[in-house]
Amino acid sequence: MSARFGVVVFPGSNCEQDVVYALRFLGYDAAYIWHQDIDLSAYDALVLPGGFSHGDYLRCGAIARFAPAMEAVRRFAELGGPVIGICNGFQILTEAQLLPGALLRNRGLKFICETVPLRVELSVCQWLDLPAGAVVRIPINHNEGNYVCDPETLAGMEVRGQIVLRYCEPDGSRAPEGSAPNGALDDIAGICNESGTVFGLMPHPERVVDGIAGLTDGAAFFAAIARRIEEMVA
Amino acid sequence: MMRYEVYVTGKPGIFDPAGKTTAGALSNLGYAGVAQVRIGKFIQLSCDDSVSLEQLTEMCEKLLANPIIEDYRIEEVLEGAEG
Repeated sequence: MSARFGVVVFPGSNCEQDVVYALRFLGYDAAYIWHQDIDLSAYDALVLPGGFSHGDYLRCGAIARFAPAMEAVRRFAELGGPVIGICNGFQILTEAQLLPGALLRNRGLKFICETVPLRVELSVCQWLDLPAGAVVRIPINHNEGNYVCDPETLAGMEVRGQIVLRYCEPDGSRAPEGSAPNGALDDIAGICNESGTVFGLMPHPERVVDGIAGLTDGAAFFAAIARRIEEMVA
Repeated sequence: MMRYEVYVTGKPGIFDPAGKTTAGALSNLGYAGVAQVRIGKFIQLSCDDSVSLEQLTEMCEKLLANPIIEDYRIEEVLEGAEG
């Protein structure tokens, strides 16, 4: 039985079709969930896609986090269900305080759209099918990706293995002045919760699964979830 | 009707590139004395009398500001204060 992913669509989401396409390309079952839906019992895993939910008004994700579906997402997450937030989805997860910290406007004030190298860190994240130290290339596409949190939160996340992905140089090293094109604290590109079941990241793995754009590094971001679900069902 | 004004600003230490850029522009215009510029948000609310200050505080904590990165200040606009 293949894993059934639910992709939550908010007014202003615009990457939900990419996510569903990528999941179906990889052989998984995927369906859309409207932000007003509250019954998520049909799904094994949830994805909050990128976009500009509610116009990014006030703050990115600030309004979407109060959508009826988000209460169901919270309950799903509390039960250990896999949740991935990509770009605006990551912003929504931080606003909902399902993940620590916040995402500020890019330090250089520019919208950034480019494919960047990312280093996989040693973390408790359960949904990444890649070894620590691996370097992948994934597109980023955002105006508010400058991750911040207070020093105590950062230290705690480091100790608990919640930092999943860092921006890096092509060889996997980190530049002394920082490798994050958006100015993110400690080059952070993706984090997870303490149990490793809620994962948020600014890059868009769904855009690089089928090789059409020349890369397939994104597949590993969905494969671990699917395998875990298939193991649980079996 | 009651009128309230909410000011939302980045917490101290949260880098504000727009403020920094604007400070640079003021300096370029010859205003050498401007030490710092911080740019935030200004939100006006018109409320009926049932809305309490406690509720406004709750609105700020829940939605209007993100307490992780922002501070906020609520000001009541007195009757007749506007022209």
